[in-house]
Amino acid sequence: MSAPSSSSLSIRDLHASIGDKPILKGLTLDIPKGEVHAIMGKNGAGKSTLAKIMAGHPDYNVTSGDVLLDGESILGLEPDVRARLGLFLAFQYPMEIPGVTIANFIRAALQARLPEGEELEATDYYAKLYAKMDALSVPRNFTSRSVNEGFSGGEKKRCEILQMAMLEPSYAVLDETDSGLDIDALKIVSAGVNALRGPNIGMLIITHYQRLLDYIVPDKVHVMSEGRIIHSGDKDLALKLESLGYDWVEKEYGESSTKAA
Amino acid sequence: MSISTTFSAETGISSTPNNWPEWFRKDQYKAWELFQSLPQPKRNDEPWRFANLQAIDLSDFHAAVPVTDAALLVARSSAHSNLAAKLIFANEVLVHSDQKGLPAGVLLLPLEEAAKNHEELFRKSFMTSEVRLGSKKFAALHRALLRSGAFVYVPQGVVIEKPIEIWHWVQGENATIFPHTLIVLGEGASATVIDHFVSSREERSLAIAVNDLTLGTNAKLNYVAVQEWSDKTTAFHINTTEVEKEAVSTALQMNLGGAYIRGESNSHLLGEQSRSVMLSINPATGTREIDQRTFQDHFAPRATSDLLYHNALADSSRTIFAGLIKVEEHAHETDAYQKVRNLMLSDEAEANSMPGLEILADNVRCTHGATSGELNEDELFYMMARGIAPQRAAQLIVRGFFGTVLERLENEDLQEHLGSILDKKLNL
Ligand SMILES: Nc1ncnc2c1ncn2[C@@H]1O[C@H](COP(=O)(O)OP(=O)(O)OP(=O)(O)O)[C@@H](O)[C@H]1O
Ligand SMILES: [Mg+2]
Repeated sequence: MSAPSSSSLSIRDLHASIGDKPILKGLTLDIPKGEVHAIMGKNGAGKSTLAKIMAGHPDYNVTSGDVLLDGESILGLEPDVRARLGLFLAFQYPMEIPGVTIANFIRAALQARLPEGEELEATDYYAKLYAKMDALSVPRNFTSRSVNEGFSGGEKKRCEILQMAMLEPSYAVLDETDSGLDIDALKIVSAGVNALRGPNIGMLIITHYQRLLDYIVPDKVHVMSEGRIIHSGDKDLALKLESLGYDWVEKEYGESSTKAA
Repeated sequence: MSISTTFSAETGISSTPNNWPEWFRKDQYKAWELFQSLPQPKRNDEPWRFANLQAIDLSDFHAAVPVTDAALLVARSSAHSNLAAKLIFANEVLVHSDQKGLPAGVLLLPLEEAAKNHEELFRKSFMTSEVRLGSKKFAALHRALLRSGAFVYVPQGVVIEKPIEIWHWVQGENATIFPHTLIVLGEGASATVIDHFVSSREERSLAIAVNDLTLGTNAKLNYVAVQEWSDKTTAFHINTTEVEKEAVSTALQMNLGGAYIRGESNSHLLGEQSRSVMLSINPATGTREIDQRTFQDHFAPRATSDLLYHNALADSSRTIFAGLIKVEEHAHETDAYQKVRNLMLSDEAEANSMPGLEILADNVRCTHGATSGELNEDELFYMMARGIAPQRAAQLIVRGFFGTVLERLENEDLQEHLGSILDKKLNL
């Protein structure tokens, strides 16, 4: 296993629980800047838990291990601080915020990144917002709609990617951004994500479907089961999982771990 | 009570000089007698359940004297930039009137002038219905001592696109004012009126405000009260709205200031398919108490009343809501809705909600409900995950909570204008 690079999002032997229930059981993963990794795994494997713990959700207890952003531990930091350091989470289930418009919401998020006393320039902001909205085929009148309220499943996901495009994170975790998208929307959203790809961002894409990875081709694919990464491979692993399911990986992992013990 | 006046025994006319016609001054005497004969509200009076009766002890207050710095207050009376007209009262004296944008036929006058020159119109709509929600005594005092106020008359078929703005300033420690706004819309007329209630300084004062909104057939009114009294002020806001056939009244009370606010809103659905939308936005902070009583009274078939009150309670603030929907006999196919939401931002805050229903007709649709909840942790986390600090996130959620009330105004310009007033108040 390679040492965590100082330019990576690095998860080190992470154990976490909710209440008394352990959910992450020694998870290690390194996402270097510039790479796109995918995580696949059965329902309940702990994928969303991992994403929320990285973002700092207060419900989970990290019992041991660490999460490093560019070499610095972020586990002691509040969620908003982590976000301002460059971490972004596209939620599997984005929240509705009644009465807060998309435009005001994203503006507040950008404003939070400016030094005290500095005001966001309104015309530049709207120009950028409209450009990103157009690229993601989000109708412009969405700016005055309340965040996620009454949005269809696909609209919510598109809106998550819109936020990512506006906030320009250095690491992004996308939790099932493809679920709820129709085929056209999947292409649009994938193109949106690909447009953000580059040497200055590392991405972790959580998905159940190989199809997304046809559009967003990952550098690595990991299989998660019961709170651990049990197998890693290149993009072809996703194809294999699609046709064979997860049982063979779990079996292989079971054998190797009993051998090791 | 040191708010007093002396009336001549023979003429029944107040010795304080004022500009009202003699018949009205006699009415004032009767009102004064009524005020004196009515008892102070007591703990067991139903309309004063849960109320802080200490807060309505008015014995320290006295009459306001005319201000000396009217020009300064006029300069400070600026909110909306594109108005049809503006009237400014300081301690109940008209200090400014700008009517350039009003269509012909519209009357925008100090009340005493309306009583003199448009007596019939005035009599028909000035405080004609009984004050039923508890403040009869204080309404009588208002009538007895009122010196001026705004009279808005929009004749049949006249539509005023831009808002009319009315300012009511109070100045003076323990000073009392009686702001009044009387709006009469003729058949098919339409107007938007924004009433501002402001303290000139951070002083303790008393305001007993009354507004009467009268809508003729098919008229359309947006009425907004932006209440920004000082945090030491005791205020009564007593409203009556009468809605004739197919007319639509949308009235919003924004309580952004005050120590103790007693609001009474009384909607009479008089004509078929009339509609009254009753809204309120109440950011309660510090030790503020907002005590609101409402009445949605349906007299005619197929009318709609729709009440939505949002209270956000911080610190050790307190709110009371008591609302009654009454569907009178023959008011068939009534639609009446009443919803109060309390957003609890502090463990020390207290919200009381008492919804009520009385239905004497058939085939009606009525819903009422009160909910209380705290800030949603998942919403907070979602916003923080975007980099927004928790305090700011909470402010945005509160702003959003009020924004959903503003969305009920079917006037985007007004929504935006009031939204920016709210932003300022919430430091956004
Ligand atoms: N707040 C919670 N309270 C109790 N159990 C929880 C909570 N959050 C997650 N869990 C449990 O933790 C386990 C992992 O859940 P998680 O949502 O991380 O799975 P997932 O891999 O994202 O699944 P899916 O593919 O269905 O999205 C599940 O058994 C779930 O029930
Ligand atoms: Mg999940």
